[in-house]
Amino acid sequence: MKKFLRTLIAGTLALSMALGVAACAAKKQAEDNGLIKVGIINNDPNESGYRTANDRDMKATFTEANGYEASFFYSLKNEDQIAAAQQFVQDEVDYLLISAAGTSGWDSVLQDAKDAGIKVILFDRTIDADESLYEASIVSDMAQEGQTAVDWLASQNLSEYNIIHIQGVMGSSAQIGRSGALQDMADANDNWNIVKQQTAEWNAETAQQIVQSVIDAGTEFNVIYAENDDMARGAVQALDAANISHGVGGDVIIMGFDCNSWALEELVAGNWNYDGQCNPFQASYIDNIIKNGATQKVVIMEERGFDAATITADDVTNFGI
Amino acid sequence: MSSNTVKNQRSLGNMAKSVIRKQIFIPIAALFLLVLFNLIADPSFFQISYQPNSEGFNVLSGNIISIIDRASELVILAIGMTLVTSASGGQDISVGATIAIAGSVVLRVLCGSNTRPETLQAPIIVAFLVCAVVSMIFGAFNGVLVSWFKIQPMVATLILFTAGRSIAAWINNNELPVISDPKFAYYGNFIPGIPVPTPVFISILCMIAIALALKFTNLRLYCQSVGINPNSSRLNGINPQMIKFISFVILGLCVAVAGFIKVSRLSTINYSVVAKDIEMDAILAVALGGNALGGGKFNMTASIIGAYVIQFLTTTLYKYDVNSEAISAYKAVVVIILVVLSAPIVREKLGEFKKKIIPSKAVSKEAV
Repeated sequence: MKKFLRTLIAGTLALSMALGVAACAAKKQAEDNGLIKVGIINNDPNESGYRTANDRDMKATFTEANGYEASFFYSLKNEDQIAAAQQFVQDEVDYLLISAAGTSGWDSVLQDAKDAGIKVILFDRTIDADESLYEASIVSDMAQEGQTAVDWLASQNLSEYNIIHIQGVMGSSAQIGRSGALQDMADANDNWNIVKQQTAEWNAETAQQIVQSVIDAGTEFNVIYAENDDMARGAVQALDAANISHGVGGDVIIMGFDCNSWALEELVAGNWNYDGQCNPFQASYIDNIIKNGATQKVVIMEERGFDAATITADDVTNFGI
Repeated sequence: MSSNTVKNQRSLGNMAKSVIRKQIFIPIAALFLLVLFNLIADPSFFQISYQPNSEGFNVLSGNIISIIDRASELVILAIGMTLVTSASGGQDISVGATIAIAGSVVLRVLCGSNTRPETLQAPIIVAFLVCAVVSMIFGAFNGVLVSWFKIQPMVATLILFTAGRSIAAWINNNELPVISDPKFAYYGNFIPGIPVPTPVFISILCMIAIALALKFTNLRLYCQSVGINPNSSRLNGINPQMIKFISFVILGLCVAVAGFIKVSRLSTINYSVVAKDIEMDAILAVALGGNALGGGKFNMTASIIGAYVIQFLTTTLYKYDVNSEAISAYKAVVVIILVVLSAPIVREKLGEFKKKIIPSKAVSKEAV
């Protein structure tokens, strides 16, 4: 029995090696067809609407028709991503595109990539590694997103701002950036009061509960600053249940982030006032860098804020995710 | 035990003592403490108003209403979790992820292939029934792993805990459907003209259903005996595997109801955050109810009150501007205190301690 098992294992190993060699040979052939080989390491597309849009954009750009041969790897775990990067280096891709789950631990694999002549482009997330290890990083400036939103709010010229501030998961870059600008403004101006500041962890239902508790306590407020669309949606439901008017011409200004299509439609309908973009469309920037070379290390994407008064139906189709 | 209880009721003093010794005392005491805290800190916490909402009919609102409303899903899950805990001696940690699946199924059936339908593609009841069947199948999957393959419940349910949210996203092709038909929102909010939130009625229905099941079937006896000793229950003609399996299927049904309420509240879903960490709250509700997490005897009412305690705590924390960074720490501290106090060993020690201090009362206690 033991002997049989040993033979079986040996046989399996030999077979897998043979298959591996065959696979390698197949890969070598693919290289000669003139396509640029890119290995794309991304977070799980189910993570959020942002990620889904980002992944769709990547898949639409890095196609054979555009001259690419793309391989994708998804994980929310940093170590899995690093292992995948190692694999891509061994497969001798031309470009390695990374949206890192965590900021640390990337040095050695990026050094390997550099030694192998593979160019690395970071998108969406930065990492703690020497700048010489990558060609460029294409990111959103979350602090700028927050600033754009706060500037818009300031331009509304209310005599007093009583703000319910619903935060995302504490410590996430989006939360830090989007909270920072509002906090600074509230600290600097006497007529800007944050009447409630609480994390709803990106969860619509938790946001609904938080706003409900403010209403139940009888606190006055005229602005809801939610750090993503889902939470703004939850907040609005709580207002509806208490018959508090919101949106254009309403008592409460509603602000969200991320520009989901349904959220932009709320803007068009006048139920919300403002939605800040968090641009998931990095693929065209990357495409440009691969084809024309990088001009700067850090590329900050253009991000807009939409006002219910000026938004158009075209904006919804072009910028909705 | 029951004959003792009857005896105790003869004298008032003994009755008070027997109440303290009862399992249900712990969650009620916790609830009482929270009520007391809020009464002292700010009595307006208990204000209830009767005002029109945006659709123009009057509804009840206030913190107490919020608590009863928001606790609904947790109460429903606690019912199933208590049975699973009792029969299998372990907990199902996949309920949050399977709620995402259940919600996703509801939306998929209602929306069809279009993610933004103008009209519903199927009657709501059909969507609910499909979702119930799917959830029960996932419950059955967990149940088979636990009962026939004898995998630890926490390990067996780890599979769906990890994969569930991806499955939920896959059901809707990664899209986030939004339902605009107001009728669908009735189940998570208000039915026009009725001032009490609908989830309250749904949770009461579930409580009545489980009360009837426990009263008129052998569910309680079988679950408890399987949990206490599967071998001896087998010798007595109970099939332990079947009972464990059934408890997981019942939990699956509870998940379906909870998931249906969750998606109805918002008329949409976000796979990564819907019902996040609710499994921990559901397990906590069972623990707060003083039920042994190792299986065996259970008290359903205590679990249900435990669920309300958790929601009471959450709402209280939201009211008193607890710092965002610290909110989970506060919750953890309160939970640790409650769970330690409700642990049988601590209560036993406290009882002994009391005996030493008040020896005169010890006599009557020994009589019990």
